[in-house]
Amino acid sequence: MSIDQILGLVTGVVFGFLMQKGRVIRFEKQVGALLIKDMTIFKFMLSSILVGMVGIFILSDMGIITFSHKPMNVGAVVIGAILFGIGWAVMGFCPGTSVAAVGEGRVHALFGIAGMLVGAAVFAEIYPFLQSTVMAWQDFGKISLPGALGISHWVLVPIFWAATIGLFVVFEKNGL
Amino acid sequence: MRLKTKDGGWNPYFAGALVGVLAIVSVCATTELMGKTNYLGASTTFVRAAGFVEQVFASEHVAQNAYFAATKIKVDWQFMLIIGIFLGSLISSLTDKSFLVEKVPPIWKERFGSSMAKRGAGAFLGGIVAMIGARLADGCPSGHGLSGMMQLSASSFVALVLFFAAGALTAVLVYKRRAS
Repeated sequence: MSIDQILGLVTGVVFGFLMQKGRVIRFEKQVGALLIKDMTIFKFMLSSILVGMVGIFILSDMGIITFSHKPMNVGAVVIGAILFGIGWAVMGFCPGTSVAAVGEGRVHALFGIAGMLVGAAVFAEIYPFLQSTVMAWQDFGKISLPGALGISHWVLVPIFWAATIGLFVVFEKNGL
Repeated sequence: MRLKTKDGGWNPYFAGALVGVLAIVSVCATTELMGKTNYLGASTTFVRAAGFVEQVFASEHVAQNAYFAATKIKVDWQFMLIIGIFLGSLISSLTDKSFLVEKVPPIWKERFGSSMAKRGAGAFLGGIVAMIGARLADGCPSGHGLSGMMQLSASSFVALVLFFAAGALTAVLVYKRRAS
């Protein structure tokens, strides 16, 4: 194995371990969040964003790492995200958690994985069509929120922290 | 606040925060050892895996496909990350005895019964739609939800809100109707 592959494997083992410990990979937790009954997955996800965000902006300010923003291609992001949401609710897993779910014995996630492989193949076939239609509507490129708004990230990070902690308080008060 | 949940898991805020630490260590390690900052993600690997499968019976077709060419079918860092996620979950669930062979999850059973064929068909069809969406949006809850949000990417805010809005609406339509 190359160093890239070893690094990926080790990172994945820790990631999968923590997701399983957080109990976020189960169908019940995923659909529970979409039904606004059990917000465990959002507590988990938002906590990792809060911590990761601070470290990543410090490292980027120090010139150690580079960003990798995904393009704000309006048609692609809007239609793609809506399609993803629909499929996610029915499958009850997202791509990362489906693999983890098989790891903890939830064998029905294998059908989801098979479906996602077919979906990926279908996407590769319709890619030229999408490029000339949905993806050609409006593309703002790889923009960040601080860049687009012209506000320093060190103003936006505390605002994001405050809003997220407010959301956590709402979750806890309502027993979600 | 409890550190352990009722089902023997870890407090989700705590486990999530540790994933934040992992993300920070990972961007440093990939930059240092691979020469390029890599962010956690999952859905691109499904394209590569589909490419590997398709190569078996239609290798020329795969070679000519623009999307497969752009994605490059190889076992890279993210591909191994996905294999690692499976192993990490397996290790964690076997060691704390939460490993459970489940064919049909409870919420699904309540609405559609205990048929594994029905559940399999739902997961399969949902998987197709979800992956087409994730590739079009250029990310899933890992790539957009975790990595994009950590960098305050504009597209990730839009994607995460719509993932949830469309998912919540679909979940209500699919699971809330009374079983007939």
